Amino acid sequence: MPDRFAPGDRVRTRALDPAGHTRLPRYARGAVGTVVEPAGRHPLADDRARGLRPDPQPVYHVRFAAADLFGDGDHSVTVELWEDYLTPAEEQA
Amino acid sequence: MSGHHASSTISAEVRAVEAFLEERGLLEPGEIDTRIDEFLAGGSPANGARIVARAWVDARFAERLLADANIAIREVGLSMAGGIQEQRLKVVANSAEEHNVVVCTLCSCYPIALLGPSPSWYKSEAYRSRVVREPRGVLRELGLELPASTAIAVWDASAESRYMVMPRRPEGTDGLSEEELAGLVTRKGLIGTAAV
Repeated sequence: MPDRFAPGDRVRTRALDPAGHTRLPRYARGAVGTVVEPAGRHPLADDRARGLRPDPQPVYHVRFAAADLFGDGDHSVTVELWEDYLTPAEEQA
Repeated sequence: MSGHHASSTISAEVRAVEAFLEERGLLEPGEIDTRIDEFLAGGSPANGARIVARAWVDARFAERLLADANIAIREVGLSMAGGIQEQRLKVVANSAEEHNVVVCTLCSCYPIALLGPSPSWYKSEAYRSRVVREPRGVLRELGLELPASTAIAVWDASAESRYMVMPRRPEGTDGLSEEELAGLVTRKGLIGTAAV
């Protein structure tokens, strides 16, 4: 499977609060950011924590403007996110 | 396990699992400590400093480092392959326009092979929660006052990559050797909480 996203793509993170382990930090949920670059392929940590053995999937560095995460701030925060956490930004805009 | 958290509940639980695995013959006595020692062996900020000094004196190495750090650091005899699997390394370079700082908000991910064990403040809730929210203020408290014109990029190690910051080469260091330059680079500089 090719990567779903490429550098420069605008993506929105999942807003759900999962019951178990996740690597999508709470502060970055339901937010729109920009893909910086791919960061390899890895099994989804959420599934591994549940004892599953998922196939590797793309992981991306995604950059957010602080103002989009916190309502203010002039810095950026780049988070490393599995593809499952992301949808194209325009789909839910 | 080593005795760092001897009083905590989690330590007791880990010890119980360890004892169970030893009893079943799945783990040799002391094997976990041995594995941890092997993983930590050789890990020191001197490694990160060596990489940065090479990048300062060799612009083409710097390009390779920023493009694919895992391959580039092999040129100076280093590797991210010391653990269970090779970890992806991403090096981010400071400039006059942008300063980088590294954190792991979810736990305490850190490039141990290149920087050694992480400092306790890096693992503190205060640093982890505040540096993503107000990095300029946190850096100021840690002694790094950045010009207002320098943007700040925070990198949260939330998945499998590890980050290292490449500080800017200080002014007035033209005459220094690569080894002398490496001596200028600090652990805080490699995390991004100091200029160098």
